[in-house]
Amino acid sequence: MNKDKHKKYYQSLTRNMILTAIIVSFTPMLLVICILLQQFRISYHEKTYAHLSELVQKHKQNIDSFLNEKLANIRFLTVNNSFETLNDKEFLQEKLLILRRDYGNVFVDLGIVDEKGVQLAYAGPYELENAEYSDADWFKKAMRMDPFISDVFLGLRGYPHFIVAVKKRETGRDFLVRATIDFMAFNSLVQNLRVGKTGYAFILNREGAFQTNPAMEYQPSHKGYEFFWTAVEKTKNKILITRWQDDAGMENLYAVGSLKDGQWLLIVKQLTSDAFSDLKRMLNIAVVIFLIGAAAIVFMAFYTSRRMVRRIRRADQDKENMNEQIIETGKMASIGELAAGIAHEINNPVAIMVEEAGWIGDLLEEEEFAQGENLEEFNRALKQINTQGKRCKEITHKLLSFARKTDATLKDVQLNDIVTEIVSLSAQMAKYNKVSIETQLQKTLPYITISPSEMQQVLLNLINNALDAMEKTGGTIQVSTKISEVESEHIVIIVEDDGPGIPEANLLRIFDPFFTTKPVGKGTGLGLSICYGIINKMGGKIDVHSTIGKGTRFRIWIPIQK
Amino acid sequence: MTAPYIMLVDDEVPFVETMSKRLVKRGLKVIAADSGNDALVKLGQESKVDVIILDVKMPGMDGLETLQEIKKRYPIKEVIMLTGHATVETAIEGMKLGAFDYLMKPCDLDILMSKVQEAFKKKHEHESKIDKARIDKLVLTRGY
Repeated sequence: MNKDKHKKYYQSLTRNMILTAIIVSFTPMLLVICILLQQFRISYHEKTYAHLSELVQKHKQNIDSFLNEKLANIRFLTVNNSFETLNDKEFLQEKLLILRRDYGNVFVDLGIVDEKGVQLAYAGPYELENAEYSDADWFKKAMRMDPFISDVFLGLRGYPHFIVAVKKRETGRDFLVRATIDFMAFNSLVQNLRVGKTGYAFILNREGAFQTNPAMEYQPSHKGYEFFWTAVEKTKNKILITRWQDDAGMENLYAVGSLKDGQWLLIVKQLTSDAFSDLKRMLNIAVVIFLIGAAAIVFMAFYTSRRMVRRIRRADQDKENMNEQIIETGKMASIGELAAGIAHEINNPVAIMVEEAGWIGDLLEEEEFAQGENLEEFNRALKQINTQGKRCKEITHKLLSFARKTDATLKDVQLNDIVTEIVSLSAQMAKYNKVSIETQLQKTLPYITISPSEMQQVLLNLINNALDAMEKTGGTIQVSTKISEVESEHIVIIVEDDGPGIPEANLLRIFDPFFTTKPVGKGTGLGLSICYGIINKMGGKIDVHSTIGKGTRFRIWIPIQK
Repeated sequence: MTAPYIMLVDDEVPFVETMSKRLVKRGLKVIAADSGNDALVKLGQESKVDVIILDVKMPGMDGLETLQEIKKRYPIKEVIMLTGHATVETAIEGMKLGAFDYLMKPCDLDILMSKVQEAFKKKHEHESKIDKARIDKLVLTRGY
């Protein structure tokens, strides 16, 4: 039950520590990552938009100036020449050659069209003299607007092109000078405009028809693009940047600018995912770093918390053991006091009893009892009372010495000297028991501050116990001292015999007061508990190992003071 | 040499009583006291006491104090300390203060008897010497 409660306590402690560690580490990390990413996203968007906007602006100017230049060429030709001069195939061919020389193959052909829509003179690769344009859309518009640039159309030749026309009035008649602009030359202006992997540019007219070949294969419906018209008109000649989902369901980034006095739109279209691919990569890196960091944090939280709790647990265990030891020591001390009290109180009554028995003995010696039938028995009984009284006396004496403070004056001593002294004291007794005592003393032991008489008492007790144990068998007692390798800063004294050993059941109780295995009247069971108390007081430790039939080993650790 | 005159001092009355009877039976003259004060009072009345057997541990005036007082008033009288195991040091202290010897309770009566005899003999010798010295002095003053 208690153990269960402890387990739960440590489990919840571990859990709390892990949670705290994770929350404390995660919160700032998440905050920093989110804020940085958000800032980065905003500035990246701004940068991308600015770049697109600039691109469209530049190309818009390019295209506008291209168209205006071509228009100016034709107007120049028209203004500077009379109808007579212009209405001459040879002259037109000459002018076309000059234009082609100056501008490349941009100009495809030149023609003069009268007010009825009939081409009067023509210079170019097609046989279009006398061609009838009266129904053509461009002709109608050109007659209304001067100058005029048409949308791209297939026309009579079945090939995409557009027309630049300038109207002139001479001798009361209108006529048009028209030039065909090569679609490919115009198209290249826009087609070469590429942004990123997926970004391309195209031009739309009012009807939403392509005025250039879009670089991408698919043909989107242009319904959506009507939106651009209204939007661009609102922004007034500025570049509009917007996001729009195309028919394929992909989100695109559009940069839109108006051309040709608002008749055409230059549109740059790029997949959003492409435009912001750097951002996405950045996001991926951040996520990866975050995940690695998170994994590390979680791992460390678990690992360190577990370890910490394990240590706390061990410390608690130690504390508990220490408490038990303190209680044990306290118990022994109070038993000692009690014993001393009892011994003292019992001593007087026993003395009186022995005296009374002695008195009866004295009286029995008188003649009137000399012939008494039971005199023999009386004497035996009195002798027994005397013997038992003496036994009581011995017990009380031992109890008193258990409680009595032996000479506890501390001195700086060489432990080996004490060992040698006690061994030589015991040697005589050992000889009777056919026991030999051997010593193995480390010569370089430091001096320690203890009470020598207490130490003597401990050693004497241990050696006497060993002697008693080997009373019948004889054997060897080995006493050794050395600097401990197990406990740092401790001297260890080992008293080891090869006697009969101590049964395991007794080993646990061996230091308990009044525990003895000696025959009644032989031992008081106080020797080892006195040793235990003394060693404890010195701040040392005593333990015992025993194997039945092989022997017993007592070890005493005594701290070396600095 | 007459039989020794003993004073037994112990607060344990039954002990004193029995001990007295046994000592009387062995031919000693015995007087009992149950405290240090009692002992001093009785000593004042009975000047012939030779040996005092004195318990160390008593309520009121304890053995050591009593001993010092006796030795102050009657330096010639011998004192044997009687002690429990716990008070051996006190008994030894007592010997430094002039006690003849000490015995541990409960004690063997034969040992007690021999100690008493020794103490008595010592006291007797002292007395003899003192007497002799007095006689010599007396002889000298008479001016034979």
